[in-house]
Amino acid sequence: MTAPTLVDFDDVVERFDPMLGLEVHVELNTNTKMFCGCPTEFGAEPNTQVCPICLGLPGALPVVNRTAVESAIRIGLALNCDIAPWGRFARKNYFYPDMPKNFQTSQYDEPIAVNGYLDVELDDGSTFRVEIERAHMEEDTGKSLHVGGATGRIHGAEYSLLDYNRAGVPLIEIVTKMIPGTRERAPEVARAYVTALRDLIKALGVSDVRMDQGSMRCDVNLSLSPRDSGVLGTRSETKNVNSLRSVERAVRYEMSRHAGVLDAGEKVVQETRHFQEDTASTRSGRIKETSEDYRYFPEPDLVPIAPPREWVEELRGTLPELPWERRRRISAEWGLTDEELRDLVNAGALDLIEATVAEGAPAGEARSWWVAYLTQQANTREVPLDELPITPAAVARVIELVASGELNNKLARQVVDGVLDGEGTPDEVVAARGLAVVSDDGALIAAVDEALAAQPDVAQKIRDGKVAAAGAIVGAVMKATKGQADAKRVRELIIERCG
Amino acid sequence: MTDLIRLSAAELAEKIHSREVSAVEVAQAHLDRIEAVDGSADGPGVHAFLHVASEAALESASLVDASLAVGTAPASPLAGVPLALKDVFTTIDMPTTAGSKILEGWRPPYDATLTARLRAAGVTILGKTNMDEFAMGSSTEYSAYGATHNPWDLTRVPGGSGGGSAAALAAFEAPLSIGTDTGGSIRQPAAFTGTVGVKPTYGGVSRYGLIACASSLDQGGPCARTVLDAALLHEVIGGHDPLDSTSIDAPVPAVVAAAREGANGDLSGLRVGVVREMGGEGYQPGVRASFDGALRQLEKLGAEIVEVSCPHFEYGLAAYYLILPSEVSSNLARFDAMRYGLRVDEGASAEAVMAATREAGFGPEVKRRIILGTYALSSGYYDAYYGQAQKVRTLISRDFAAAFAQADVLVSPTTPTTAFPIGDKVDDPLAMYLNDLATIPTNLAGTAGMSVPSGLADGLPVGLQIMAPALGEAVMYRVAAAYESTREPLVAPEVKA
Amino acid sequence: MSSRDQISRDEVAHLAKLSRLAVTDAELDLFAGQLDVILGAVARVGEVAADDIPPTSHAVPLQNVFRPDELRPGLSQEQALSGAPASEDGRFRVPQILGEEQ
Repeated sequence: MTAPTLVDFDDVVERFDPMLGLEVHVELNTNTKMFCGCPTEFGAEPNTQVCPICLGLPGALPVVNRTAVESAIRIGLALNCDIAPWGRFARKNYFYPDMPKNFQTSQYDEPIAVNGYLDVELDDGSTFRVEIERAHMEEDTGKSLHVGGATGRIHGAEYSLLDYNRAGVPLIEIVTKMIPGTRERAPEVARAYVTALRDLIKALGVSDVRMDQGSMRCDVNLSLSPRDSGVLGTRSETKNVNSLRSVERAVRYEMSRHAGVLDAGEKVVQETRHFQEDTASTRSGRIKETSEDYRYFPEPDLVPIAPPREWVEELRGTLPELPWERRRRISAEWGLTDEELRDLVNAGALDLIEATVAEGAPAGEARSWWVAYLTQQANTREVPLDELPITPAAVARVIELVASGELNNKLARQVVDGVLDGEGTPDEVVAARGLAVVSDDGALIAAVDEALAAQPDVAQKIRDGKVAAAGAIVGAVMKATKGQADAKRVRELIIERCG
Repeated sequence: MTDLIRLSAAELAEKIHSREVSAVEVAQAHLDRIEAVDGSADGPGVHAFLHVASEAALESASLVDASLAVGTAPASPLAGVPLALKDVFTTIDMPTTAGSKILEGWRPPYDATLTARLRAAGVTILGKTNMDEFAMGSSTEYSAYGATHNPWDLTRVPGGSGGGSAAALAAFEAPLSIGTDTGGSIRQPAAFTGTVGVKPTYGGVSRYGLIACASSLDQGGPCARTVLDAALLHEVIGGHDPLDSTSIDAPVPAVVAAAREGANGDLSGLRVGVVREMGGEGYQPGVRASFDGALRQLEKLGAEIVEVSCPHFEYGLAAYYLILPSEVSSNLARFDAMRYGLRVDEGASAEAVMAATREAGFGPEVKRRIILGTYALSSGYYDAYYGQAQKVRTLISRDFAAAFAQADVLVSPTTPTTAFPIGDKVDDPLAMYLNDLATIPTNLAGTAGMSVPSGLADGLPVGLQIMAPALGEAVMYRVAAAYESTREPLVAPEVKA
Repeated sequence: MSSRDQISRDEVAHLAKLSRLAVTDAELDLFAGQLDVILGAVARVGEVAADDIPPTSHAVPLQNVFRPDELRPGLSQEQALSGAPASEDGRFRVPQILGEEQ
């Protein structure tokens, strides 16, 4: 396959207008699957979270998960959509081994939420409105593992192994209308939209929205039309775009590739492409032997969903503060600059800090713990910040212990380490490791006297009024007490004893 | 000793519960009878059964006996009574094939709700009965395991798709059986074998664990030799099931009381509607004569006979043969050799194995309907075929609603003809489809219907169809029991296996 | 009934492929003829003027049937794989898949 000709991005936006469309699949974090009572947790042993229904065994029938419907309605409301007063699931018929029934049950043509929008904040602080066409419920497929062949990919594999734990997990597909007028900001808008959607859904608490685990997946539709031509281009659909950065890069790459095709006087092929994380490029999917005809028809095994108005309004009442509103509020409360706020958001620390503040910690200390020591620990342990095994409540307790003088900063870090290592709550770690600050003056005075006696020249300097020299004695005392002394008190005692 | 196999389920239950006979004796008598007359697919005999579960049946019966011995009340009015289960309901302890090669030897890891209810009621499940493959057919000739023979004349079909369940009753192999009715698969075999078959209101009996033919039409129901027995079974299997989204959340109609009331033979004040469009052209003269006789009987019982018109019923067959194949094409997609069932390892890819397996595992009628359904759902044809068929469905429901405003029940012959010879229509799909002319409208509308014997024509049984509105089973059973009380039971000649 | 063919042999071949049926040439001939007759008969649904008639997809007037989001016991891995033509490492083993995921 010859490498596509890529046109320089600046050149592309000089001469072409991109038309962008985004389809985002979100796996809901319900306890059970869309149509059966199997668990949805990620990472279980293969085929242990299955039953006759999600395995598509003969005779088994689906029943809709009420919480999934509620989540779908809440997502729709948060996206300013109209909630459909009546709709049915349909069957999307096609054969594929990861799909147990060989049809997917989907609200494809009668979606529960339609005609909404999401206002997306761009880097320069401006707002861009992305119109939402629909949000609908469907079910996820199983997972295949391709064995043999060089790459572990489907091509060249000798055979495949199927795990249906994921089959039937509730999915919400959120589809934008075509997004015009993005020009050179198309990659940024795409990324900002997916980011905003992720934050929104996280705030709703209906999904983990982990792109790395596939609980949020994005397809990018893109076409180019020559500037001011009014001619709509042919679009490509890029799948497997599984990080925020990739969303941006996929749009950028496809713009450059389309422009190359058009410049060569060729036609863009309407096709599915796959994003390649390693090269930040896209490759063509296999051309299908026959044009797909999914033969949709209403799912006879499920009855229509007609959400009563009162139910919808009740759900509207459960919508949380929207992430961007919340950010603005927090920013004002904590006195953050826009840049500081963005750093906190990007670090994934905002929720954690807020939760820590909610547990009674001062904002400054909470911020400092999460962005400094804990971020460093997360990096060392190679987990996202919010997956560190410590709760905001525990962090708040540590801060409280420092404030009350029971811990100093060094001990506090040891306590946090203990919590991260699974030794228990901060108080349990303090007790188990014997980490309380030595606050018994008698013991401290003895240590101070000993240190002063060991360093008579320093003691003399202090007596001569060179108070700064006390640092050396403080260090010695801290060493002698294995760091368990309150350094401030030690200093006071040194000056007292030399007075 | 009384010939146990000739007794009704109600009579057997009484003897078992009073401990006059044991459930094990009753089960053994039926197992012996099966051994004597059922034969096999190759040899002579009825061939009603695909699987006989002797051990499990005796075990289940002995549990009933043990429980009665310590004075425990019977688990249900049918505890200890044997039953033949159509091989389309999943059973954890028996193979389930739906009459298809593609499921040969498959042992489901779960029980259908109906199976579980039978077990909980202490009913003795004798085994699984033969059927047209995936319930598609009207003669049981489309079973992958050989045709079932009509006990009235072994050279003739017992009807279908539930020919095995009906033949088992007529041959006294079981006093009760379970069928499923998608377009007449309970009622038409009942008519052909001189037995009673009931298609309950759609949603009245759980479909969970019923291997789907056409989901929006399928309905499991009771089969028996008497109306009361059918009613007793109906109350055991009916009622709401949270595992079936289309299950009606309402009490089971009081059909046993209705059947007992009807047996008093008084139908005064009841309006019986004769559908003008059912029973004319295409109906065998003997069938029409039997139907006319039945109308006279109903009148004698005090019923008022009124004529009603259902002008869209004539489009029922066409709508049915679009809706059913469409749903079939989707329902049967899961049989793909990946997770269970047959796998034909021809070809190097999953796609090739799927196509080879489905080609080898499905019979011609199933393939025909899959292709027809795929066509009817295709984007260019959907509106003209599937979409239009669904509108006809609405019109047929409206016809029923108008008719039930004028009559409490509707009646017609169950089938246009009596049982035809094996091999007669097997290569002419359209002729085969005409069997269901009178039964299909009920399935399209989701209403209730049943067939009761109305005598013989040229030595073969004829059925009277009684139709009632959704959840109107009580009045239907009452009329059926009243009519039954005026007739001698039909008894098939002794089977020479 | 219309005299023109409702369905061609090629169309039947295409439909068989869509339905994953490796039908034989003899079957194609047979089915094309039979389906043509059947389609001629079922095309009668078009005779009913039904522009303003709503379609019926469900025979039962139910809506909003839901289940609570509560775990129900499922199958063990062994049960799940019990009917599998082939399995390996707790998974269903299937031949090489040619098509792309959808």
